[in-house]
This record gives sequence, C-alpha cells and structure tokens, in this order.
Amino acid sequence: MAQLTLKDVRKVYDSKVEAVRSFNLTIADGEFVVFVGPSGCGKSTTLRMIAGLEDITSGTVSIDGRVVNDAHPKDRDIAMVFQNYALYPHMTVYKNMAFGLMLRKLPREQIRERVERTAILLGIDKLLDRRPKALSGGQRQRVALGRAIVREPKVFLFDEPLSNLDAKLRVQTRTEIKNLHQRLRTTTVYVTHDQEEAMTLGDRIVVMSDGRIQQVDTPLRIYRAPVNRFVAAFLGAPPMNFLNGTLNSREGGIWFDFADTLPLRMLDRHADALRPHLGRPLVLGFRPSATSESPTGKFAGQGNAMRLEAAVVEPMGEVMDVSCRTPKGQPVVVRIASRDDLKAPGPIELHLDMDHVHIFEPGEFGRNLVV
Amino acid sequence: MSDPATRSRRSFSVPRALGFAALVVLGATFTAPFLWQVLISLSSLTDVDLLTRTGFPPVLKPENYPQVFRKVEFARYFFNSFFVAGWVTLLQVITSAMAAYAFSRIRWPMRDRVFLLYLATLMIPGVVLMVPNFAIVLGLGMFNTYWGLIVPAAFSAYGTFLLRQFMLTIPTSLDEAAAIDGAGHWRVFTQVVLPLARPGLIVLAIFTFLGNYNSFFWPLILTKDDNLRVLPIGLLAFDSTYGRETPLIMAGSLMAMVPPVLVFVVLQKYLVKGIQLGAVKG
Ligand SMILES: Nc1ncnc2c1ncn2[C@@H]1O[C@H](COP(=O)(O)OP(=O)(O)OP(=O)(O)O)[C@@H](O)[C@H]1O
Ligand SMILES: [Mg+2]
Repeated sequence: MAQLTLKDVRKVYDSKVEAVRSFNLTIADGEFVVFVGPSGCGKSTTLRMIAGLEDITSGTVSIDGRVVNDAHPKDRDIAMVFQNYALYPHMTVYKNMAFGLMLRKLPREQIRERVERTAILLGIDKLLDRRPKALSGGQRQRVALGRAIVREPKVFLFDEPLSNLDAKLRVQTRTEIKNLHQRLRTTTVYVTHDQEEAMTLGDRIVVMSDGRIQQVDTPLRIYRAPVNRFVAAFLGAPPMNFLNGTLNSREGGIWFDFADTLPLRMLDRHADALRPHLGRPLVLGFRPSATSESPTGKFAGQGNAMRLEAAVVEPMGEVMDVSCRTPKGQPVVVRIASRDDLKAPGPIELHLDMDHVHIFEPGEFGRNLVV
Repeated sequence: MSDPATRSRRSFSVPRALGFAALVVLGATFTAPFLWQVLISLSSLTDVDLLTRTGFPPVLKPENYPQVFRKVEFARYFFNSFFVAGWVTLLQVITSAMAAYAFSRIRWPMRDRVFLLYLATLMIPGVVLMVPNFAIVLGLGMFNTYWGLIVPAAFSAYGTFLLRQFMLTIPTSLDEAAAIDGAGHWRVFTQVVLPLARPGLIVLAIFTFLGNYNSFFWPLILTKDDNLRVLPIGLLAFDSTYGRETPLIMAGSLMAMVPPVLVFVVLQKYLVKGIQLGAVKG
C-alpha cells in the first residue's frame, strides 16, 4: 500500500508535443483515483510516467515518499492492466500470472498458491492451462486483472481496461473492479475516457484536458459543482445544456436574460459573486435532470420558468428525455417524469431547480461563477 | 473454413480441371531435372551420352554412390559443410536477433539512422567485399581455418533487417508488461520477444543454412587444405582432377541435397506452429 505523489510533472514528446503540463496530485494510500478526459489529453502519458514506461521531462513522481523518476518499472512495485491486455501469447494463463512472481524469485510452492488463490477470486481457475488465444475477451480481461493482482503491488495502474469489452460485460466488470478494490484497498490509478466509468469507480476523479488538470474532486462534487464549462460539459449524460445571455440587476434581484426565452432569476446567495459580471455576455448551464414540469418542491418559486418547443421524446421508464428548442432554435435536452400525453412537436413549460443552475464565463473553459 | 475432405468431394468443374492440369505440368517441370539427375547418377560414365536417346541407362550402377566416398574425402566435405553452415546459422540467428532487438526495442540516439546505414551495406555487392574481407581474415590469422569460414558469415544486415521487421510486429505492450512484471532487457529478449519471433528466426535459419551450405567462392579462396573443403568445392574434384565424371558429380550432389531438405522438413513444422501462435488479441 502506498501514497503516490506527482509534483510539477511535465512530459514533452520529441521536444515538440507537450502531452502533460505541470501535473500536481497526491493520491492517498488505498485511494481509487480516475483520470478522465477526451482522447489525447495526456491520461495514458501520465499513467505511463507513473509506471516508468515513459521518461519524465521534468517534475517528480514519488511512491511512498521515494522519488522514482529514474527507477526501472520493475523497481517501482506497481502493476498495470493494459487496454489490449498484453497477455503473453506463448504462455499459459498460469504462466502469465506466475511470470512476475517467478522473476521475483518467489518459492515455487508460494507462487502456485498465490496464482490459484487469485484465479479462484476471479473465477478463472478452470482456465489456467489455456493459452490467451483460447480465451474470450472477458476472460482475457480477467487474466490481465489476475496478473496484476497476484503480484500484490503497492499501486495498480489501469489504462482503459474495459474499452474492448461489450457494454454488458463492461458494466459487470466495472462492478467487479470496484468490489476488488474495496477488498484489497490497493492504491489505484484508473484511466478512462468514459465519464460514466469515472463517476461510478472513482473515490476521486481527475478531469483532464490538453495535458492539464481541470478539476480534482469526488464524483458527486465534480458533478454538482464543476469549476468550469469544460468539466460541466464532460461529465453527465445527457450533457449539460448551455444557453447564452447576460446578467442584469432589477426588481431587487439579478436576472439572466436570454435573447429568445423567459429570463431566470438568480438565487440571492449568488448575488455577490455575480454582480461584477452584470451586462457581460455569459453562459447559463443546467443539467437535463434539473428541470420539472410541475413547479413543486425544489422546482417551486418565481423566475425559474422556461418555455420551449418539445421536438423529440425518448421515454426511458420512470423518466423521459425530451429534446427541445428555444424559439430561436437553440437545443435544450430535459429529463422529466414520464407522461403519455406530452405532445411533440408542441410547447412545453419547465421549471428549473435554481440551486443547480450554473453561470459560466464565455469560452470552452469559462469559469463557473457560482461555485 | 471447410475441411479438405468435403472440399475434395466437390463436383467436377472445368476451371478446376484446368487448374489441376496446370499444377501437374508445373510439378513435372520441377521434378524432371531431379529425375534426370537420379538417372545419370545411376549410369556409367560411358552411358551418359546414351541417356539423351534412350532415356534410361542400359546398366544400373548404384556403386557410383560408394564410389564418391572412395575417390574423394566426401564424408569429410559433408561434415565440413554441415559444421560450417550449422555454426554460421546458429551464430547469425543469434547476432541478428540481438541486433534486431536493439534496433526495434531499445531507444537510443540516432538508432534509425544507424539502422539505415547498416541496411545500406546490403547494396554493396558481395564480390566487392571479397578482397577486403579476405585481407581482414588473413590479418586475423584465420586463413585456412574453420574460423575464417564461420566468423565473417556470422553477422548479417539482411538477417537483422528481417528480424527487426518481424519484431516490430510484436506489440510493445508485451515488453512493457514484462518490464513491469520485473523483467530487464535480457529477460524480455529471451522470454518474450524471442519465443514470439520464432517464425522469423526459423525463416532466417532456413535461408542462412541453405545459403551457406551452398557457398562456393569464399571457401574456395579461403581454404587450401583438403580437409577444410566443403561440398561444393569437393564435388569440383570430379570435374578437374579426375576428368569430368558426371555420374559421380550427380551422385555426390544428390547426397549433398539431403541435409538441406531435412532442415527444411524439420523446421517448417515449427514454422507453421509459430505462425499459429497469434499476437495480443485473437
Ligand atoms: N510516443 C509519442 N510520441 C509523440 N507524441 C505522443 C506519443 N504518445 C502520445 N503522444 C501525444 O501526446 C498526447 C497525449 O497522448 P496520450 O496517449 O497520453 O492521450 P490519452 O489521454 O491517453 O488519449 P486516449 O484516450 O486516446 O488514449 C497526444 O497529443 C499524443 O498525440
Ligand atoms: Mg490513452
């Protein structure tokens, strides 16, 4: 078990591509941290620097307080699960799992015992004599997992381990990985570009973009209080809605005025944060689920209504997703309680939970003014 | 895939028949010279000219075969060829594999340029290298020794190229997994890359063995002792020293063909197995 620290870590490929810029993060002993972000944002690069597979251009990586920048991967006591599993094709499942232990010169008996115990834990004990070629995708994935677990390393590193599995198996294995972590409590760094995987697995999520950390926090806090528009847009499905407009002060409050739909009244507790931005172009964001047709409970109040044109309805059981448009055609998706009699196309009136409305500065990385 | 049994039961068709006919003709074209060789090797020297007319020797002379061993040190030449080609093959596969690993797996400055430079040596014709090589071998005191026959052929840009290309197809994530599992370069090389490169190693081994087993000019200029002679030179003896004894040349070269054929037959089994191994994902 170990604490993992990255300090000012940078990676420049071929003295041109800056893949990771000043990455600072401390991962506590036993913590499960997920790196998430769009393709090419530097997740794998960061993970590979932790593993020692990639040189660190500057900064330090330490495991348990020991700087490991120059340590060979084998001296870092880590285990990694690759996206393509990277099982040794010429070795049996048993040998695949035992290889690392053999290289560490464990006694034969102990190796057998550990491999068998791990195989049973993962339900692959019947496959030990097979070659990877004779396994299904899910089984290979398990063997790759087993090969990492059996070593009992200080840190687990996962690089998109589920992306080659079909949807059902992916969800199932995800749960298993979470279970496993709760049992083993090994410090884990998990890379994915799937926001759902990130939300469900991580103790903390690191949202990255273009080699930079955008936000680090627990899944729920990131979901509820994204620090900028990028993070807000990246996490959550369907994604957050964004509408342009300006803030104006009147009737003893601050209102967000749109070009083509009803103004919304901001909460008083945000007034101080918003006042400096009056009159400037801003972006209002709210999640599809922060809306309701009935103005009750947290959807009650004044100045929280929105009149839209419903275009397409997608029932999902208890709730339904409705794709709407503002009068000028800006798209808005809302998730509301299902009902049979909603006409689409047709007008729809919604009420927003103003507690979950965000105001961003303009631009892709516009700061969230209300967190 | 349909298995061969059901396929062969498929009904007759004209294109298929034509295909078979073409194959038969081609096969005959390839086997005819060998049959001819067998016939000559079994006839007496005086009957050779007759063969073109009769197509079959009037008297069979199987004693040509033992004759070959009696007239020259054929067993010795056999051993020499086998010994030299064997060592060259072993050494060349090892050095090429190690160089290929360095050129495909280890990162070092100017690597790919150095590789291109090495590869460029392939463009120099062998004859041009003959004299300088000879001078070097002479300088090293390897003239008229097994060393001189083996060492210069133990390194090969072609072999390095072949194996490097092969190793480039082995996913690097396997080395990385092995490195994390605790393997250094030596173990990655011997326990991961080499086993997976086996088809490439075998192809190179076959090429090298056959090429070296047949080599003529280099052994000719490098050796003067009879007991260092290799087969192709030894067979020459029947052409000059004792006059042209065609049946003995044929008998000798037929026997000389046995080891390469054996090498091919034995190794190709592994070759097929190796190809079936598959890579990371099925
Ligand atoms: N070996 C390399 N040489 C040069 N540039 C590289 C190399 N590896 C990655 N990069 C670049 O570094 C950046 C980050 O790559 P990285 O693989 O870390 O992204 P990622 O977040 O893992 O993306 P994905 O989700 O697609 O795996 C990309 O712009 C990529 O093109
Ligand atoms: Mg990646």
